[in-house]
Amino acid sequence: MTETSARPIRIASGQGFWGDDLEAPIRQVEGGPVDYLMLDYLAEVTMSIMQKQRARNPAAGYARDFVPLMERIFPACAERGIRVVTNAGGVNPAECARAVAEAGRRAGVEGRARIGVVTGDDLMERLDDLMDAGHALRNMETGEPLETVRDSVRSANVYLGARPIVQALQGEALVVVTGRSTDTALTYAPMAREFGWAWDGYDQLASGVVAGHINECGAQASGGNCLADWWDIPDLAEVGFPIVEADADGSFVVTRHPGLGGTVSLRTVKEQILYEMGDPSTYITPDVIADFTTIRLAQDGDNRVRVSGIRGRAPTPHLKVSVACSAGYKAVGTLVYAWPDAAAKARAAAAILRKRLDRLGLTFDRVLVELVGWDATHGPLAGEPPPDLPEVQLRIGVRGPDRASVARFTREIAPLVLTGPPSVTGFAGGRPRVQEIVAYWPALIDRTVVEPHLSVEFVEV
Amino acid sequence: MTKVPLLDFAHARSGDKGNTANVGLIAYEERDYPLLVEKVTADRVKEHFAGMLEGPVERFALDNLGALNFLLHGALDGGGTVSLMTDAQGKVFSTALLRMEIEVPDEVADRVRGRGRLPAARGGTG
Repeated sequence: MTETSARPIRIASGQGFWGDDLEAPIRQVEGGPVDYLMLDYLAEVTMSIMQKQRARNPAAGYARDFVPLMERIFPACAERGIRVVTNAGGVNPAECARAVAEAGRRAGVEGRARIGVVTGDDLMERLDDLMDAGHALRNMETGEPLETVRDSVRSANVYLGARPIVQALQGEALVVVTGRSTDTALTYAPMAREFGWAWDGYDQLASGVVAGHINECGAQASGGNCLADWWDIPDLAEVGFPIVEADADGSFVVTRHPGLGGTVSLRTVKEQILYEMGDPSTYITPDVIADFTTIRLAQDGDNRVRVSGIRGRAPTPHLKVSVACSAGYKAVGTLVYAWPDAAAKARAAAAILRKRLDRLGLTFDRVLVELVGWDATHGPLAGEPPPDLPEVQLRIGVRGPDRASVARFTREIAPLVLTGPPSVTGFAGGRPRVQEIVAYWPALIDRTVVEPHLSVEFVEV
Repeated sequence: MTKVPLLDFAHARSGDKGNTANVGLIAYEERDYPLLVEKVTADRVKEHFAGMLEGPVERFALDNLGALNFLLHGALDGGGTVSLMTDAQGKVFSTALLRMEIEVPDEVADRVRGRGRLPAARGGTG
């Protein structure tokens, strides 16, 4: 039996995606007391990028930023017992842990830290066996079975819940590195571990899921990207990322370190709760289904929002699989047109380009024309552009299965400068790049064929 | 009665799930939430986004937060890395929804007018 905690624990959010503010986790560690630091590096498309990196180099395929970060914060974490929980492992958690262990030795914590490594989410090697055994991995949006695109599959990972992370924490890991764990599990696993929650304590787990949802996008809960009174949010230059201060019953306070920027208010927290929300009564995770319509919020002092009342129910027999498939090619080209009649010039240029593509016999699944500065974000809601618009960027994209056709399109942008409408500039970047499209294929799988393959191993620094 | 944009009643955040954009619409004041429930129906939202959606609109109420959540299916040209759109991840469908106008009593309109705009920009036209 592991000892459990009666006092509140503080779980700090340090990264909301791979590419987030590199200094944020440092501010979380140095800005005041925290017990855990959670770092979310994975988005739907990130796994396929990492898979590509690993194909080229067997030692790659994880969020490399995590290694120098740990080198900086390892001494403080080891000294103060701050535990780090992250999905930085991507498609290669073992190599990530090895690199982090080396960083720990360079940082002078040799013999003072253990790294827990969670694996078993990667289905790539098992895919044919699973499909032969009748697991169709049907696309949740279209219903098509995965065999229709089998040859184009680039990665396949199951979203794992909190159990293996809890196991790693019980094994006294100071750092837990996972692959495709759910973003929310990185926050509620520490709660489940510290308070010794039962796996059928669904209300507590659901509370943890809400805490995780609030933490998982970093500063989006503490004033970043907040629409409500954005002009009044102080010092975003040094924004304090959210901290969940959790009690044993599952209720918690969202706050941030004093002395940093940003705001934690009912409005910033509500905006983040609604981010990427589906049916709010049925937020499905591997460990529990949380009901977001039961959340109660109350301002609890400056930069403190209390969250309570959350109800949960038993999870489904399935786990979600994120499959990435190669799905053709695309390219996007841009040119800038100046006053007067900027939008009319840009549209005339687009019409000329389309005629040329037709004459070349090039066909695409999709051609999209946008006027950046007028309708690129709000489409027809923007209405007709005025003739006095000072400038507009023409942005044309094409998508299709044939790489050569997309490549030829990229050579048809620059000629418009001398062969199209006047007052055009902004082509200094050269030809647009042809990009391979990696499409996301969401599917479900019976959890009983995944859970026996989960593994937690430990690496000593 | 006067027409007022949702911008003056609510703030919003949007995001994506595959080819679906979600918009969370949050009343600034609790007392205005019933107005949003009444006026901002799934049908009206579908009509507002005419020409921008390939699929239906679903609405969910979060009475506990004074908020509505809309799912705009088929909004993102395939979504994620497939989409050619500038806003492939539906990040600013939020303010696109806030352009929608609803009819409200004059005194309500007077109370909220300009609420959603930068103070320096209030009184100007959208």
